[in-house]
Amino acid sequence: MSELLTIKGLKIEGRSDEAWNPIINGCDLSLKKGEVLGLIGESGAGKSTIGLAAMGYTRDGVRISEGSVVFDGIDLVKASASVKRALLGKRIAYVAQSAAASFNPAHKIMDQHTEAPVQHGVSSRADSVADGIELYRKLRLPNPEEIGFRYPHQVSGGQLQRAMTAMAMSCRPDLIIFDEPTTALDVTTQIEVLASIRQIVEEFNTAAIYITHDLAVVAQMADRIKVMLRGDEVEEADTRTMLSAPQKEYTKSLWAVREFKRPEKPPVAAGSVPVVSVRNITAAYGTTDVLHDVSFDIHAGRTVAVVGESGSGKSTAARCITGLLPPRMGEISFVGEVLPADYRKRSKGQLRQAQMIYQMADTALNPRKTIGQIIGRPVQFYMGLTGAKKRARVDELLDQIELDPAQYYNRLPSELSGGQKQRIGIARALAAEPKFIICDEVTSALDQLVAEGILRLLANLQDKLGLSYMFITHDLATVKSIADEVVVMKNGKVVEQGPKTEMFTPPHHAYTDLLLSSVPEMDPDWLTNLLKERGVDNIGDAAVDKM
Amino acid sequence: MSGLMWFAIVIVAIMVGGYIFRLAGQKITGNAPMFRDMSFGVAFGYVLAAALLVWAVYYYFQPTVTEAGTPNAGVVFFKWAVHGFVIAAIAAYLFRLLGRFVGTAGSRKLFRSMPLTASFGILVILIYAIVAVFAGVIAPYGQSEILGAANVLAGGDLASGGDPAYPLGTDQIGRDILSRLIYGAQNTVGIAFITTCLAFFIGGSLGFLAATLQGWLDQLLSRSVDVLMAIPSLIFALLLMTIASVWSAKLGVPLTIFMVLIIAMIDSTRVYRLARAVGLNIVVMDYIEAAKLRGEGLGYLVFKEILPNAMAPLLAEFGLRFCFVFLTIAALSFLGVGIQPPLADWGTMVRDLGPFINFAAFIPTAAVTPLLAAGAIALLTVAVNFVVDWMLHKTSGLKE
Repeated sequence: MSELLTIKGLKIEGRSDEAWNPIINGCDLSLKKGEVLGLIGESGAGKSTIGLAAMGYTRDGVRISEGSVVFDGIDLVKASASVKRALLGKRIAYVAQSAAASFNPAHKIMDQHTEAPVQHGVSSRADSVADGIELYRKLRLPNPEEIGFRYPHQVSGGQLQRAMTAMAMSCRPDLIIFDEPTTALDVTTQIEVLASIRQIVEEFNTAAIYITHDLAVVAQMADRIKVMLRGDEVEEADTRTMLSAPQKEYTKSLWAVREFKRPEKPPVAAGSVPVVSVRNITAAYGTTDVLHDVSFDIHAGRTVAVVGESGSGKSTAARCITGLLPPRMGEISFVGEVLPADYRKRSKGQLRQAQMIYQMADTALNPRKTIGQIIGRPVQFYMGLTGAKKRARVDELLDQIELDPAQYYNRLPSELSGGQKQRIGIARALAAEPKFIICDEVTSALDQLVAEGILRLLANLQDKLGLSYMFITHDLATVKSIADEVVVMKNGKVVEQGPKTEMFTPPHHAYTDLLLSSVPEMDPDWLTNLLKERGVDNIGDAAVDKM
Repeated sequence: MSGLMWFAIVIVAIMVGGYIFRLAGQKITGNAPMFRDMSFGVAFGYVLAAALLVWAVYYYFQPTVTEAGTPNAGVVFFKWAVHGFVIAAIAAYLFRLLGRFVGTAGSRKLFRSMPLTASFGILVILIYAIVAVFAGVIAPYGQSEILGAANVLAGGDLASGGDPAYPLGTDQIGRDILSRLIYGAQNTVGIAFITTCLAFFIGGSLGFLAATLQGWLDQLLSRSVDVLMAIPSLIFALLLMTIASVWSAKLGVPLTIFMVLIIAMIDSTRVYRLARAVGLNIVVMDYIEAAKLRGEGLGYLVFKEILPNAMAPLLAEFGLRFCFVFLTIAALSFLGVGIQPPLADWGTMVRDLGPFINFAAFIPTAAVTPLLAAGAIALLTVAVNFVVDWMLHKTSGLKE
């Protein structure tokens, strides 16, 4: 079979600070019909840029400086706008990371689905509506006859992502580019989308470029994998070869991330007073209860991971502990002492003891303040240190989070990378010298290597300072590596809780089992086996609904 | 009718020109992407711009006096405008050049990345500020000093009704216009600046307070502001000024103080709305939550956490608001209730000298007098907006 897409010597530059700087320093890639290529790398590796360049498109302020992108004999770099217009949407389609942001909220899904086929003259509107319903059925969307006539906001995130895959298929393209299609989804929903994408790509013999930073996902989807690092190609091989025998150091380090595990700790001594004790909490937004009778303890020097899908009430529980959302019933005590429900009624000392690290470091740090000011404020506020003493303490904290004080003290958050920002968030929490820190999805916005660094740092700090963590996450790999105890939540209730080893060894509660089995593994046959095991109609949403 | 036909013919000609231009470009450059993907609208724009440029050059070199001996006012004013534009551009360029070599390292760096529009704006604002502060020293005469001759024309040419002693002429009761323009900077600009600052202080702090505390305070403030905004602002200002003029006589407080307070109050409602909207977007950020959980007080939240992040939109609003306040004062003065004579004020000057504009066709220099005051208002408005645009561009971190 001949090559469908050939990219040769592709160099891409981006404009910043009045100069053109390289983003991709020469990339070669080829794709046969019906083949799936996985493109992986950290953020900033240039994966998405290559994905877009494969359509002959670059973002604003970015240009293709050299090389060729030949799709079925047509060089898209040199092709005119009208030639590209005839190809894009019809023969090459694109599935974006956030379907919610990519659908126009003002039009019904089906109207957007039929736009491309009608525009390109592939089929009439009536035919493409019928085809859309057929695709929705193939992708196992609920109510396929009806779902297309809803607005995007009336459909869940996972369903919307599948509707977007269906939309990309509407003209039966030869090539689809998937740009992190499952990154924003829960594990149980992710499986569904992965299964549908794989099924439809196989059925229509479509070639695909699958961009992701999740190795386990790419192992399920791709025939070949290409690893990128800062605009350079690291290596490329068959999926199985790549997984079993990576050649380059960088690839090996990527593979090794999932192996970080903390040594097990002895069980908590009987009768010891927990640092934080949550007792029978029921909380509501307005008049709707979102937490029902939740109880758990967090002991000194321990990490309790709170796991669940989005909407399960994990973050709400954290808001109750911090006092932002006073619970309707139940109480929260700190080392035996019951805390006032509302944070405004808590004393400075009580507030100091419980600190929080946020998921989005971008919104957690004031963009107009320097690192020194951000960390210095709690030092001054709680400890009353000023001048040289304050500076010394901030330097010490920066050392603790492994950033050079001289270099970072006067920087603004925008001058830091994602991982560094998260470290600053940790330092700000540490500055209060707390006993207890709530970590709300602290690694989910980060690349795996960076996330691993953060997890190691948190683990070290815990050993050194005897901190207790409440670790909110939906990522079970993180739970495996850092938690001592696990609390599984669903629909505002605690489904199951206990020490980690107990939780990860069967028998589990049915929901825990579903969560655990939905975490992608590096084994390329994992998805196939899992689907076989669960039965075709019992994946993801469907399985959750049955419980 | 024939005018409309001419217009249609010109448009069609430019369209044809655009088509030919694009075709020629494609042929000559061998289908370079710029010409290949050029839309017809863009090609039309290029040709239109070229046609306008040709027309401007042609018009510039028309004689200033018609064959019948009357001045060709259009050409005269166009020449003045072109000269003014070129001089302003050169001045701005030189000012920026100066800024690149003089001053601290920080200011030099600022000037290096500055667009010409911004350096022009800063130059104009600087000149206005100097003129306003040193008005008493610079002005040749006092602002209310009545000199000999009334209605002396600008230009200082005795033969055409001017007088070298009054280079910009005198007004209807014989006051020197140059001096009044200079004092006008002090009165109009100074008062407008104070008023805008006051409006921002009131509107900004109440807006942030409402955004931070929400609840009943927010409701109370927002609904009151809605009520105030429902009344047309100029009419409202006129009404209040009428009331205030009675009070000012009774209390012995200058009417100008009342005017500052009234305009500040009316304009603070607009600032309140903006500050509240911007504040609401900021208070949901995690760093505000972190500060709240730390136990920080309201003052710290508003001034240290929220305000720095609201600076960009507030600055932009400040530039616009300043111009609006300035125009409101000029309008009130024009209507007779603003800055009171004999104090010099640009709005009053436009009103008093306005009729002279009717003579533009016969004696262009006669029309200059009201235009100077109007021009002073326009120039400052443009300059302030240039500077604010540039600051916005910088603070928002936007790249080209």
